[in-house]
Amino acid sequence: MPTSAPSRHAQKPAQNPESPDFKTELLGLVPFLRAFARSLTGNQEAADDLAQETLVKAWQSRASFIPGTNLKAWLFTILRNQFYSDRRRAWRQAPWDQEAAERIPGGGEDQIHSAELSDTVRALKHLSDEQREALILVGAGGFSYEDAAAICKCAVGTVKSRVARARKTLIEILDGGGSLGDVSRPAGGDAAREIMAQLDQLSPGRSEQVVAGKKRPK
Amino acid sequence: MSQQWDTAVSDEKPTEKARAIRARQRAIGRELRRMYDDVAQEPVPDDFMDLLRQIDEAEEQGGKKTS
Repeated sequence: MPTSAPSRHAQKPAQNPESPDFKTELLGLVPFLRAFARSLTGNQEAADDLAQETLVKAWQSRASFIPGTNLKAWLFTILRNQFYSDRRRAWRQAPWDQEAAERIPGGGEDQIHSAELSDTVRALKHLSDEQREALILVGAGGFSYEDAAAICKCAVGTVKSRVARARKTLIEILDGGGSLGDVSRPAGGDAAREIMAQLDQLSPGRSEQVVAGKKRPK
Repeated sequence: MSQQWDTAVSDEKPTEKARAIRARQRAIGRELRRMYDDVAQEPVPDDFMDLLRQIDEAEEQGGKKTS
């Protein structure tokens, strides 16, 4: 069992939406919908509501999914649209729920990691929505810049600059925030190499995914 | 982005600064992935299964043509 999320990069051929397996495939992607929703809302309840709405929307509009294209990116697009349309309808809601965000680690089985996590996660709320979503998609979700651009409905270059600015802003926030500083502790040895390897995988040029992303319906 | 360091006020070599920044970015990336993966590895709440089951039932009742 790899240490990262199950099959983050796996790209099974997406089923025909009329196939009985399509629902199974949707369900298999729910964990990632929940993770993306949590990153957008910073709130577990709101995130699960959002992910459920997405699931229903996806099922209702499954006819518009083109078999063989990137189902995960298609779902994320729906989720993102839903997030912003919900947001417009409920302006009074806080953009990001900080208290809930601090609970994101959940288990709390690892004190040090939880502390680090909450610092970075808390800093996320200072990013614009656009920067945050770009950073999450590329930096955590494992999407190519091209797929992230399709999901966010913007140019690839725009995603790149949003990710770069998001990283820069996060570092500034973490540096400026006293107790937040620990997050920067460089990873040593094997951990660092592993992260480097992961980052390489996240870099653009993963051509198969790019092709899949380009064929996605709007 | 190319001027993240200022050689006029820093004794450090730009490459070291750049390396430090990259290390920071990697650390941040690691934290973001951990946040994301933590959620992705949670068991999916029953609500989601129930939801699809309800959709199924609704479609059965509504006839095969619904979509």
